[in-house]
Amino acid sequence: MASVKSVEEVVKENKSLMSKVSGLGPVLALVVLALLTTAMNPSFLDPNNLLNLLRQVSINGLIAFGMTFVILTGGIDLSVGAILALTSALSAMMITSGVPTLIAMLVGIIIGGILGGVNGLIITKGGAAPFIASLATMTIFRGATYVFTNGNPITGKAMNNSFVFQFIGRGYFFGIPVPVILMIISFIILYILLHKMTFGRKTYALGGNEKAAFVSGIKVNITKTWIYVISGIMSSAAGMVLISRLSSAQPDAGTGFEMDAIAAVVLGGTSLAGGRGRIFGTLIGALIIGTLNNGMNLIGISSFYQQIVKGIVIIIAVLLDRRKKA
Amino acid sequence: MKIDMIGISKSFGKNHVLRYVDFHLGNAEVHALMGENGAGKSTLMNIMTGLLKADAGQIMVDDKVVTFNGPKDAEEHGISFIHQEMNNFGEMTVLENMFLNKELKKKFGFLDESAMRSQTNSIFHTLHINYDLDSPIGNLSVGAQQMIEISKAMMTDAKVIIMDEPTAALTTSEIRSLFETVNNLKARGVSFIYISHRIEENMEIADKITIMRDGHTVNESLISDTSIDKIVTSMVGRDIGEFYPDRHTNYGNTMLSVSHLTRVDKFKDINFSVKSGEILGFSGLMGSGRTEIMRAIFGIDPIDSGDIKIDGKIEKISDPSNAITQGIGFVTENRKDEGLILDFSVAENIIMPSLQELVKNHMIDENTKDSFVDLLIKRLTVKTDGQNISVGSLSGGNQQKVVLAKWIGAGSKILILDEPTRGVDVGAKREIYDLMNELTDRGVAIIMVSSDLPEIIAMSDRIAVMYEGSLMGIVDNNEKVTESDIMTLATGGKI
Repeated sequence: MASVKSVEEVVKENKSLMSKVSGLGPVLALVVLALLTTAMNPSFLDPNNLLNLLRQVSINGLIAFGMTFVILTGGIDLSVGAILALTSALSAMMITSGVPTLIAMLVGIIIGGILGGVNGLIITKGGAAPFIASLATMTIFRGATYVFTNGNPITGKAMNNSFVFQFIGRGYFFGIPVPVILMIISFIILYILLHKMTFGRKTYALGGNEKAAFVSGIKVNITKTWIYVISGIMSSAAGMVLISRLSSAQPDAGTGFEMDAIAAVVLGGTSLAGGRGRIFGTLIGALIIGTLNNGMNLIGISSFYQQIVKGIVIIIAVLLDRRKKA
Repeated sequence: MKIDMIGISKSFGKNHVLRYVDFHLGNAEVHALMGENGAGKSTLMNIMTGLLKADAGQIMVDDKVVTFNGPKDAEEHGISFIHQEMNNFGEMTVLENMFLNKELKKKFGFLDESAMRSQTNSIFHTLHINYDLDSPIGNLSVGAQQMIEISKAMMTDAKVIIMDEPTAALTTSEIRSLFETVNNLKARGVSFIYISHRIEENMEIADKITIMRDGHTVNESLISDTSIDKIVTSMVGRDIGEFYPDRHTNYGNTMLSVSHLTRVDKFKDINFSVKSGEILGFSGLMGSGRTEIMRAIFGIDPIDSGDIKIDGKIEKISDPSNAITQGIGFVTENRKDEGLILDFSVAENIIMPSLQELVKNHMIDENTKDSFVDLLIKRLTVKTDGQNISVGSLSGGNQQKVVLAKWIGAGSKILILDEPTRGVDVGAKREIYDLMNELTDRGVAIIMVSSDLPEIIAMSDRIAVMYEGSLMGIVDNNEKVTESDIMTLATGGKI
């Protein structure tokens, strides 16, 4: 009897070990990727390069954190890039016309939240599929950006003269780029929201089984709408970092950013079907994409090939994920 | 055609579902297959139809050994399975459904509509039925769809038709015409395996009966040699008398009362109340509006008119979250769909309605959560290897206990149980009944919707019976009430 039990226990231990290891899959991939890059070009490990990499990752990271909540509910938000463009253009316009930078940016981020809320209402009250709803708002917000900017970049002296404006995108704090610090702060806040508060439990429950969540008394529509609001806020926050780095707002900014954000979430092990995944994985996913970009630049792979490689890496990640489930 | 299954065994992991089961189906006979949920009927039938492969044993068709590698193989031998949940596509027409994935084609892959029409019409003719081939199948009654399923089976030249709970959603007259068709086809040499929980029905339609329990065949006999009592005893494995606990009743105040509750096309003018400490049974056929009333009370579906009073005060219940605040809990009839998130852990499921209670300083307090879940797991004797095991890996009975734990944890004062013991094994059933007694002793008011008549009669203090959206009456459950009294009301009759 005792020996039988111990066999079962060993199996159980192995299983839990396996699940722990498989949860670390994205981290492992990141380490392997970093080692490979270092082997081909040791300057990858140069502190300046690493800080640069983190700064490059920060914009995608911010958007992808918000996208994680959306995808955990089984939804998708294709409008993140367009929200980024519209709200950053609005804030840039305010700054060039004399509104204090922080207020202008705060207003931009609030508008980002409202635009996300519009997505949420179309999806919950209107019953539209998230893919279609956000596809439509993506073109609407993008179009609005072109109308608003007349297709021209927004730039001006006020931007270059504002210390705060310059600091957000290009500044350093104790040697760490400010965008990286913003990313880390956002990560901590959203991590707590997702893993330590009831909002996170509701988010997972929505993605796991929306009907069961509803019957369990979770206010499905309200929770979901808030999640799209978060996605909008994170997108416009990323937009603020972007205009500061570029010293201008571009009407076509953020085109295709939704794809990088979704890729980061999926590479981080979050299931597109919802209900399963972690925001830590998204951070790692964003770092994997950043390392790929950075590494391929260092090695000297043409940017044409880079897209192909990124696509292949995503396919491999998804196939590994499917095998793990089976 | 005759089929012999000999020494069939099947296990899923450690769970032995079938152990050396024998099953013999004769030519042109109607063979009832009975057993509690989880006895292994579905697995046996899935093996017969090639959906599952047996670990051991043989299948013989007309004394020749066969192997089925998939449903297609079984179909080629003339075995056809009509599932309880019919695989119809409601938006597609009757004709399209008839030939789905078996379309007749002309040259170049064009559909041969006229051939399909005439073939369907000739089958309808032999079955004495007539439906518009061009209307969406979803517009037809469940009974009509059942007939079309039989037509589909006939089209594949079925010699054996397996029917799983075919009458669960049928009206009395539809049941009549189904039986006529079955007898009709039997006369033409077709055999039926008839799976139904309704014993009386089996006695009427079947020639032979096989009873399964816990993965074994416990009894095979001619219908003429058996009786309802014998069938029940061999199904449960002990005398039915001890299957249900005694009820002691001690009523308090009226907890919930509804008046003139109406939802158009679902139920009309419903009036009832339930007291603290009372179990009110809700009986009626599927689709009679029982579940719909409960969904409306719980705020899942809207009501068109009428009042819901809780503790004597009229309350407007807009959604489940609101109902939970009013102290209502709802164990839905569909555990997998609405009761649980199967991929999630026991703990994550249990805390869902009680999230707010576990918050300290804006965050979920892990210690409070752990002890809360532990307490409920112990109290309901959920057999699990821990809080973090996924609910989907538990047995049906333990899954149901997790659903109950959700609502007991949420402190529900009014508990609505919709088919609380469906898909639950015998032992866990008894535990659920005991739990219901314990809850009513503590003053909880319980409404139990159930299609299981013996259960309704054994556990309810009063029985409300529904028929086509109307409440036919509420019967005081004294010793004199019989299953046939309830059935009479449930089919529109009077007692």
